[in-house]
Amino acid sequence: MFVLVEMTDTVRIPPWQFERKLNESIAEELNKKLANKVVYNVGLCICLYDITKLEDSYIFPGDGASHTKVHFRYVVFHPFLDEILVGEIKSCSQDGVHVSIGFFDDIVIPPESLQQPAKFDEAEQVWVWEYETEEGAHDLYMDIGEEIRFRVVDETFVDTSPTGPSSAEASTSNATEEVQKKEAPYTLVGSISEPVLTGTGEETAKDWS
Amino acid sequence: GAGWGGIVRLLLVRAAGPRCVCVWGLFIGPALCVEKRLCGPELSALLPCWHRCGVQGDGVCHVLRPSVLRKDANAALLSNFEVFQLLTDLKQQRKESGKSKQSSGQQNLNTIMYETLKYISKTPCRYQSPETVREFLIAMKGHKLTKAEKLQLLNHRPVTAVEIQLMVEESEERLTEEQIESLLQTVASILPGDPEEQQRDSAMETEGRGSQ
Repeated sequence: MFVLVEMTDTVRIPPWQFERKLNESIAEELNKKLANKVVYNVGLCICLYDITKLEDSYIFPGDGASHTKVHFRYVVFHPFLDEILVGEIKSCSQDGVHVSIGFFDDIVIPPESLQQPAKFDEAEQVWVWEYETEEGAHDLYMDIGEEIRFRVVDETFVDTSPTGPSSAEASTSNATEEVQKKEAPYTLVGSISEPVLTGTGEETAKDWS
Repeated sequence: GAGWGGIVRLLLVRAAGPRCVCVWGLFIGPALCVEKRLCGPELSALLPCWHRCGVQGDGVCHVLRPSVLRKDANAALLSNFEVFQLLTDLKQQRKESGKSKQSSGQQNLNTIMYETLKYISKTPCRYQSPETVREFLIAMKGHKLTKAEKLQLLNHRPVTAVEIQLMVEESEERLTEEQIESLLQTVASILPGDPEEQQRDSAMETEGRGSQ
């Protein structure tokens, strides 16, 4: 689920923090910059693991702060393909089941990856798995708050950096309703269309107690 | 004043050399272009780049993509237990250092630490220790599993054969039934599970034996 990523960055320490130890200031700055943020094509950054190398600090003309190039390793949430994860069902919609793991919410299980046959109950806004046994058909409701075990099948990174002035002009000429849609920078697509991958089975619920 | 003259001279001198540009195409000068095309502080005060970079008024480019250079995106896989240890230690450290450094900038770190700890604490890794993890990996050497598969076994502590089949690719071809059984035995014996559950299971076992 978590990986260690080696990164490099230049950290700026303002003069009023010069009395603190450099390592501490740098760790704090890096955490302030990266924690709980998604880095494009890397993943969701959790916290600093360690600093591997500190280069010389420079002070540039016109700015009293010191700039230090730092090589460090950061703990990043980036599940690998086909990894099994356990999450909680946050909501259901026509697009599928939305799952959350507490610190990361943009996981969706599309309708085609649900245990077949499944149908969307409009009245209760939940997906239902029509489970057939010898006795007859049972309906397993994917209720909100239920634990669900799923496999990661795809991930998408969207670049949400601010755009330059040329595209800003283009967007104002369009309908004003098309304001920037808040796109999640990192989304995971899951699948539960395999045996055992349900949170509603008694067996799986017991395992996680 | 003198400061501005100095900066202008800087620009003129460097203009002759190789052109290094900020990600938005603005000249920043080779002295600042340390391969990362970072928008330099002395220039950000002069050029529109300051605005485009979403700068927070301190003259430094804050957009993540251009400035943070990723050297190795997959240096190592971390188990849930390692992250759990790291975050618990960090929480302890921050508590000990007192509330003096709790600035608004730390809110993101607090949020992510709290949520991640909350999630990881519900997984089997909360009963693990460095010794059990080491023992587990040594025991796993004989089973010929990939790193990712061993990691999943460590993080999830499967107790049924079906779970093993989920985590191990092509398990029907690679593992016989006895091997799956022995794998389950290894996992159950080395990796500690919920102590209440284990007490219940051992109580049931002794009952069973007693009745025989």
